[in-house]
Amino acid sequence: MEAKIKAILEEAKEKIERASSLTDAEELRVAFLGKKGKITSILKSMGSLSPEERKILGKAANQARNEVEELIGSKIEEMKELKKKMTLAAEKVDVTEPGKKFKIGVKHPIERTIEEISDIFQSMGYSIAEGPQVESVFNAFDALNSPEDHPSRDKTDTFYITENMVLRPHTSSVQIRTLLAQEPPIKVISPGRCFRCDTPDATHSPMFHQIEGIIVDQGITMADLKGTLDSMAKEYFGSDTRTKFRPHHFPFTEPSAEMDVLCFKCGGKGCRICKGSGWIEILGCGMVHPKVLEVGDIDTEKYTGFAFGMGIERVAMLKYGIDDIRLFYENDMRFIQQFK
Amino acid sequence: MLVPVEWLKDYVELDEGTDIDGFCEKMIMSGSNIETCQVIGEDYDKVLVGKVVKRERHPDADKLSVCKVDVGEEELLQIVCGAPNVEEGMLVPVALHGGRIPGPFHGQPKHEGGEKIKKSKLRGIESQGMICSCGELGFDDKVVPVAHREGIWILPDDLEIGTPIEEAMGIKGNAIVDFEITPNRPDCLSMVGMAREAAATFDTVLTYPDTDCENAAGKDAGDYISVEIKDPDVCKRYTARIVEDVVIKQSPWWMQKRLMEAGMRPINNIVDITNFVMLEYGQPIHAFDIRQIEDSRIVVERAQDGEKFTTLDGTERTLTGDMLLIKDGKKGVAIAGVMGGMNSEIEEDTTTILVESANFSGPSVRKTSKALGLRTEASSRFEKGIDPELCKAAADRVCRLCEILGAGKVVKGEVDVYPEPVRPVTIDARVSRINGVLGTEISGDEMEKIFHRLEMDVVREGDVLKVTPPTVRMDMRIEEDCIEEVARIYGYDRLPTTLPKDSSRAAMSKIEACRRKARNVLCAMGANEIETYSFVSPLDVDKVRIDEDAWERAFVKLINPLGEENSVMRTLLMPGMLETLARNQARNIDEAMAFEIGSTFMRDLTDDEALPEESTGLSIGMYGKDIDFFTLKGMIEELLDNMGVRKDVGFIPEEGYGTYHPGRCARVVAGDREIAIMGEIHPDVAETYGLNAKCYGAEFFFDALVDMGEEQIAYKPLPKYPAMPRDIALVVDDDIPVGRLRDIILKNGGKILENVELFDIYRGEQVPEGKKSVAFALRYRDPEKTLTDEETSAVHQKVLDSLEKETGAILRDI
Repeated sequence: MEAKIKAILEEAKEKIERASSLTDAEELRVAFLGKKGKITSILKSMGSLSPEERKILGKAANQARNEVEELIGSKIEEMKELKKKMTLAAEKVDVTEPGKKFKIGVKHPIERTIEEISDIFQSMGYSIAEGPQVESVFNAFDALNSPEDHPSRDKTDTFYITENMVLRPHTSSVQIRTLLAQEPPIKVISPGRCFRCDTPDATHSPMFHQIEGIIVDQGITMADLKGTLDSMAKEYFGSDTRTKFRPHHFPFTEPSAEMDVLCFKCGGKGCRICKGSGWIEILGCGMVHPKVLEVGDIDTEKYTGFAFGMGIERVAMLKYGIDDIRLFYENDMRFIQQFK
Repeated sequence: MLVPVEWLKDYVELDEGTDIDGFCEKMIMSGSNIETCQVIGEDYDKVLVGKVVKRERHPDADKLSVCKVDVGEEELLQIVCGAPNVEEGMLVPVALHGGRIPGPFHGQPKHEGGEKIKKSKLRGIESQGMICSCGELGFDDKVVPVAHREGIWILPDDLEIGTPIEEAMGIKGNAIVDFEITPNRPDCLSMVGMAREAAATFDTVLTYPDTDCENAAGKDAGDYISVEIKDPDVCKRYTARIVEDVVIKQSPWWMQKRLMEAGMRPINNIVDITNFVMLEYGQPIHAFDIRQIEDSRIVVERAQDGEKFTTLDGTERTLTGDMLLIKDGKKGVAIAGVMGGMNSEIEEDTTTILVESANFSGPSVRKTSKALGLRTEASSRFEKGIDPELCKAAADRVCRLCEILGAGKVVKGEVDVYPEPVRPVTIDARVSRINGVLGTEISGDEMEKIFHRLEMDVVREGDVLKVTPPTVRMDMRIEEDCIEEVARIYGYDRLPTTLPKDSSRAAMSKIEACRRKARNVLCAMGANEIETYSFVSPLDVDKVRIDEDAWERAFVKLINPLGEENSVMRTLLMPGMLETLARNQARNIDEAMAFEIGSTFMRDLTDDEALPEESTGLSIGMYGKDIDFFTLKGMIEELLDNMGVRKDVGFIPEEGYGTYHPGRCARVVAGDREIAIMGEIHPDVAETYGLNAKCYGAEFFFDALVDMGEEQIAYKPLPKYPAMPRDIALVVDDDIPVGRLRDIILKNGGKILENVELFDIYRGEQVPEGKKSVAFALRYRDPEKTLTDEETSAVHQKVLDSLEKETGAILRDI
């Protein structure tokens, strides 16, 4: 009996050792430890032995069972692990294969630029005001202190609908609408389409976009104008952007200025983009002319303000390195998709 | 405005240490913006003064000559020259072998870096260098004197042979600055004006040109001529002086050079002097041959309507009654401020001239010049405005230059008719106000100094500075003008940088918020945003088959469009969209989804002078492999849902709208309001646009979308109790719209019908001919408790009964 137990144990050990799959291991469990298994049978036959023999042999048989149980258990674990590894190996993919296509649409670069710049000004407390693209000559010129003989009024410069109605040549007309409609404090920006009689070429378009801004309140200074537009430029072009304000002339502001930014291509050394000057003109601005404030019946002693206007296409072309303004209106999907 | 810096230095002293870059930067920062700055005479290498000792015909070429040229070396150079004006004995510029000239070579394009000179053979004969023209030495054709235009540059006789040309001619390193002059500063369109700016910028003294004649003699100018201004409203002043014994000849090189550098072509001494003074002062000058002035009188008077007059350029012009004419006792001799007459032109044998230095009103000159289509240097200067105070100084300067150049003998005195002399204005500028606007703390003393630098007188009365600008500063009228002067001379870069001290908060309008939302939603669904022109062709509405009498034809028309294709404001966005899709298709882009949000315009039919109605539109367009009607519809549904347009949304079949396929078009409504029209583009329209794939499009009244949208988002708790799903397949007649089935289900499902979703439409086997099987997934749920099977079945049966009753739908096993 003792020899038999030993033989069974040896057999089990050998078979477990040889088992090479989860199924093999499960079968061995049945063959040795199952209801009719070899070790189970030995244990069942213990009843026929004397108490002494039973004590000795029973212990041996139980030891054998425990040992086999343990061996099979760890074999099964081993096989499970192996199977998992094989499955994972079989599921290997070529990670260099292309991903599945997800294509979201893209905002037009002009609208994107308008949104970005509007957001900057909105964070500074400017609301958005809008005005019509077909505008009265009064709002587009007269009220903006534009001299009656100013060349920009010519039919070679501005599109006319009637003698008293034009396609607005700038968004500045919204300044007038705002001044007429609101009491100070006034703080608005106005993005939108504008039109001038330019034949389309790489740098001219008869239709373009501007963003205009005006603030009128007590104690607004030219220093505030510099600070506001300098912050905007740093927000939009990057915090290391440098600005320069040069005197200029506009009928609707005085003093007037143009703001340049240090050329982002060459950093001021002079290149093709900045035409060698190291600076790029970005916008026109100035303190609102008293004649313009008077249109809105605003007390020019009590209130001052500043206004500014910039070309969206110009800014976008500079920021993204676009070399032909006509691309904006061709709407080639491959062009638009680049402005993600 | 081209300003040779050397010329400027005649009137203003600049520090030795001021280099040209520093000069430009400071001028820009004080308000004189610069377009370009060019330094000339530095790109010459081995170009010497040479003398043509001998000239022979080239044996094998009629147009070439073979010259022996002395350039101060032991041996003469042999140079083949093609210029017709080369003669023995002339001094000419000679570029030696290995040298360099700015170029371009005659008749060839200009190259960056100039042209290198090499020995070569021309028709078999060696040429050891090149005799150069003005153009080849970098001068613009339009400034080259007539004498040198048709060939080489003939140099003055007194130069030393062998000297580098740039030294001999005094052009080495001359900087020419092109200033951008803004319309408010016509006084800066002159050397003296720019010198005044430079003097203020560099805080130095301004010296005016020499106007004192040393030898004015003879009778008085008044003995030669009388002047009468009959229309003083358009002629503020007329100054006349007389120069006798005039000898017409070439001007000296120094004057020619200045004119050329400033962009004008030298002609002869008299013309050059008048141009020189015009550039110096900004005052146009005209010289008449006094032989042609009848009755010794000048009358400034408006022309007769229909009067004929031949101008200097040989053109006969018909005048109108509002054009100002300079007349003598009998006839017109010049169109005031525009151009002189053929009949009184200076000629080779002219001996006595009348120098006219007059002031004509800008608007009058502009009207005349525009009506005649004749714009001249003089007319454009008058248009911009000139100070009448300049007339006499300029006339005197002309006389003084005649003296200096030996062009004639100046007759003393002048005839100066000046009915209402200009009075200087005095402006009150408050120190406190200037600082208040600029955000500075500049002292009154410093401001005073700034005004003095600008040649403005100041009288101080407490806070008030009484500022009197020179009369040439016609732009100075109000306190703000003074603020600007202080700011620019003080320096914009020295103003502090602050932010407004206010606490206003931005509000976004509903339409702006909706536009942004729509843009984001449409982009998220894969559509790209486009921007198309607001002005379009009136034929666009034909191309998209809009009805003859439709509102879409109430165009706002441009008076002066660039062309027919941009002559009316768009009433629809769809034509621009279809053009865009067609362009993309033509570029082999096999799939496109796009949208545009933009204004449309409709004329006010009751009032021509009223601004048109501008509405916001939204167009969507798409084509591609997996795109059909329902792709577009799905996009629209998702858009409407996101925009908060959920109540009573319907798609109503539309057969009569020309743009779309009659069987694949719907009007989109919310309640009784039309929001959009959508569908497959009609094949005829597609063909017109050259679209060869099926396209789908929609056009929204975006404003309606904004009105109908509800922004409120109200959270609904997630379900706590299980749902009871019921799937059904119905066999119905093919022509019953699935929308109707869905409506019946929704109506009868009551409160517990949470959702109904169409998941299949089937025609074919097992479904009789003329019928279809439509499968819906219904989901019942009670938010308060778990539904029992009985409760659900009761409602579900009602749904099925109604479907059968209203449409004859029969339940089919799935």
